[in-house]
Amino acid sequence: MLHNIVDAGDEDRVVESVFASRYTSASVPKYRIGKDGIPKEAAYQMIHDELLLDCNPRLNLASFVTTWMEPECDQLIMESLNKNYIDIEEYPITNDLQERCVNIIANLFHAPLGESEGAVGVGTVGSSEAIMLAGLAFKRQWQNKRKAQGKPYDKPNFVCGSEVQVCWEKFSNYFEVETRFVNVKEGSFVMDPHEAVEAVDENTICVAGILGSTYNGEFENIKLLNDLLAEKNAKTGWDTPIHVDAASGGFVAPFLFPDLEWDFRLPLVKSINVSGHKFGLVYPGVGWVVWRSKADLPEDLVFHVNYLGADQPTFTLNFSKGASQLIAQYYQFIRLGFEGYRKIISNCHANAAYLRQEIVDMGCFDIYSKEVGVPLVTFGLKDRSNFTEYEIADLLKQFGWIVPAYTMAPDLEHVTMLRVLVREDFSRSLADRFFSDLKMTVKILEDRAAQLPRPLAPATAADAPAAAAEAAAAVAHPPAPAAAAPAAGKKLARNLADDEKYTFSPIAGTRLMPPNQGVEHTHSPDPSALRQRTFRVFKKNSIAKTNGVC
Amino acid sequence: MVLSRATSTDSSKEDAVLEPVFANRYMQQPVKRHVFPEDEMPREVAYQIVSDMLEMDGKPRLNLASFVTTWMEPEAERLMTASLNKNAIDLAEYPACARIQELCLNMLARLFHAPVSEGQTAVGTATIGSSEAIMLAGLAMKRRWLKHRKEKGLPTDNPNLVVGANTHVVVEKFANYFEVELRMVPVTPDCPCLRVREAVQRCDDRTIGVVPILGSTYTGHFEDVQGLDEGLRALDLPHGWRVPIHVDAASGGFIAPFLYPALAWDFRLPSVLSVSTSGHKYGLTYPGIAWLLFRNDQCLPQDLIYHIDYLGEDQPTYTLNFSRGAAQIVGQYYQFLRLGFRGFRRVMQSCASVADSLREQLEGTGMFHMLSDADMGIPLVAFRFKPNSPYAHLSERELSDDLRRHGWILPSYQMPPDMHDVTVLRVCVREDFSRELAEWLVRDIKETVGRIKAHADKARARRGEREEEVRKEGKAEMGAEEKVGEEDGGKGELSMPKAKPLC
Repeated sequence: MLHNIVDAGDEDRVVESVFASRYTSASVPKYRIGKDGIPKEAAYQMIHDELLLDCNPRLNLASFVTTWMEPECDQLIMESLNKNYIDIEEYPITNDLQERCVNIIANLFHAPLGESEGAVGVGTVGSSEAIMLAGLAFKRQWQNKRKAQGKPYDKPNFVCGSEVQVCWEKFSNYFEVETRFVNVKEGSFVMDPHEAVEAVDENTICVAGILGSTYNGEFENIKLLNDLLAEKNAKTGWDTPIHVDAASGGFVAPFLFPDLEWDFRLPLVKSINVSGHKFGLVYPGVGWVVWRSKADLPEDLVFHVNYLGADQPTFTLNFSKGASQLIAQYYQFIRLGFEGYRKIISNCHANAAYLRQEIVDMGCFDIYSKEVGVPLVTFGLKDRSNFTEYEIADLLKQFGWIVPAYTMAPDLEHVTMLRVLVREDFSRSLADRFFSDLKMTVKILEDRAAQLPRPLAPATAADAPAAAAEAAAAVAHPPAPAAAAPAAGKKLARNLADDEKYTFSPIAGTRLMPPNQGVEHTHSPDPSALRQRTFRVFKKNSIAKTNGVC
Repeated sequence: MVLSRATSTDSSKEDAVLEPVFANRYMQQPVKRHVFPEDEMPREVAYQIVSDMLEMDGKPRLNLASFVTTWMEPEAERLMTASLNKNAIDLAEYPACARIQELCLNMLARLFHAPVSEGQTAVGTATIGSSEAIMLAGLAMKRRWLKHRKEKGLPTDNPNLVVGANTHVVVEKFANYFEVELRMVPVTPDCPCLRVREAVQRCDDRTIGVVPILGSTYTGHFEDVQGLDEGLRALDLPHGWRVPIHVDAASGGFIAPFLYPALAWDFRLPSVLSVSTSGHKYGLTYPGIAWLLFRNDQCLPQDLIYHIDYLGEDQPTYTLNFSRGAAQIVGQYYQFLRLGFRGFRRVMQSCASVADSLREQLEGTGMFHMLSDADMGIPLVAFRFKPNSPYAHLSERELSDDLRRHGWILPSYQMPPDMHDVTVLRVCVREDFSRELAEWLVRDIKETVGRIKAHADKARARRGEREEEVRKEGKAEMGAEEKVGEEDGGKGELSMPKAKPLC
């Protein structure tokens, strides 16, 4: 029998079922802490349900940030959620793991360390903190030098490409250092080392090279930058150093392109940052910065805390924070080893190459990403007269995919692109699934463009059977084993059976409804109104600061 | 019968899955500390290795050194684990997480009496911890001051910040990294926190702000923010400069509103332009979350704000970090929803009552002198050996070290400059520190003190005998030497590098 529970007293709470409790029918206190608490099951369920409205992280192709880890590592993270990273004295082993990670990374980046010499570096929340710390070290080093020379030290600057991540602009703004942007040019979407070196003067604290542009994953030519800068330094007597922002490329280059010289093998590279939560394969909340040697980190920036009676130097912007990501990073290092990382990153690269070829074969897109770079595909429409990349992104969202569209850095703001990140967990079968949805998206938009302003029902009806057949095929066949990396140029036959894989993620599960429903929804109520609305919204997207977020 | 040794432990990789975890060959090789391991290893083994290493860490639940939350309800843990792979900065992709952050900020703004009327609305942000929050608040203060100076055509060099010497290390960091002179008000034994009169005296037209602490990390004292507000408003500085206040309510932000609702320390005071508080302290959430609130958007200079895309809308952000996990934000919201005002009050009352009982029990032993305030403050007990008592010669540090044998992590700290000769022990009473645990702690402390006292007395007696012998032999100068040794002998190890309470 159903009955209303009017106002259960405290004692009744425990026996209520979650959705029958009064808390699910009363509205939750929004802007003020509620007067009373609610049972934990109800609180759990409410928040859990609210979070259903988030996009599925696994289908978020916008982000480099890791969204999948092995269950064993999830377990380790859970067990250490209540550990505070900064309590070195209480958690000495956790601190030791950080030290190990710093050394492993420094060695991976060829830091010139002596026999028993420890590497200098620190775990951070992300590359933003890492970059600010590195920038701060350069600024202080430069100030100390200028003070010693009796020269003014009030107008520091640094040089970087206009494709830098927003945190460099933040560093410049918050720490009062002028930024000298070298604008990107057609054809190459990264900083030109010649121009960068030209912009260097006696007030330049460092040149920032980027290993893996957030826009198209391209690597800057750090070697050339180093050589040109060394030449200039020799001529002028300055010793302008280089910082490499390897947020995304730092865990790609050593495994895929071991011969590429971008790290401490180049003498002017004094510090490097890398995001553990990107291709370091750890959930968000960990980055690293390592210095070439102790001499490159000014002593007066280092704070000392007491650690079991011994002195422990620290250099961070954050203080208390969880230790779990750091522990997870160490797990990945010993679990995967060099060989494991190499295999995973190679897989990503192969899947990116495969996806790139598929997209090239569609014929309507230009590819902006490069062979040598971070495993991602950036592409833009050859012809924007009928519809734009923003409309593609919007429609893809209805399939569950999150693919950002954005404009290129200054001076190439007229170039719009879509970016698909290929992470560890983006398998070939998901790539196939994505590709078929992209094709359908383009077809819908083409049909819509052809038929405007007429209603669009026939087009979707025509699509429906094909999609239904596809779904049926997916169920009928067992999934094919993940194929070995195909040659980039070779077009593989589409294996629909792989589509079965999509059922493992809840949001993709919405695809199980008749395909035409989802499509129809995009057209209602009035296609032209929708077009206008989305256009207006997307216009705002193209604000310069909204570049590839992470 | 022939006994034969099993041949090789170097089984091929394919066999690895069949092996028991600890019989695995990876368990027989040392893990290289400093280089990338060449090969993979099975995940169970990697898990076991890391997990076993961590066994050697202190147990977070027995860590009395920290305010930081070490226990949450399993439901909260489930929610947080499910959000581990969400990046909180991806507002467009995770709109529910973004909304949850907004709801939390709104709740806090109202809890701290921020003006929320039309046209004068509080703004705020989630941060990793109070450090990030304080740096952001300091930066905003510095920028506001610069703007004021530039408008008046005045020089913009040598800004300064006034704090008590008991301030958290992050304020020193801020001053160092953002190039602001730090003016510290020394602490005294009668008032081990910010003295308002002295603080106001140190302010001039280059003071970007004063940062009082609601809940001194050393002794838990609430500093007199109201008195400071009055003092600063009465100041008549050149060029019409008004010195603002940022309240570092890292630990007290979730205590005062529930236990001392009448205490005015927050946005009720006109000089308070920003407040920071740690969600991971008495906000009852696992480490990695704090909050920063500004009275209104004019308190936050627009040129510090960066915009990111949020569902096609432009979303202003003000952070030092960028990508970060969303789990802690979700955890904080769970606590707000689950506990409500009354729930928080009950938790804080229970902490305070356990702290009271612990204080009484420790005082009852006759061994200790209390430094924390019994009437108002953070639920913590700060104490030292009673001066002029049979225990005065014992070392707090030794007690702390010895307590580790029982599993307790109870660190000793040196008080800030001007009180450097005083060492204190501090017990933070968190939600999960029950009365029962408190009684165990007192029992273990009594037992440990008994042991170290017997030890110290014996050593003293032996020294006394030796001195006696020395005197008999008429070597007076050696006796003098011994005396010098005795003066710092008992507490010699106290002059270690500065130990500050961390969190």
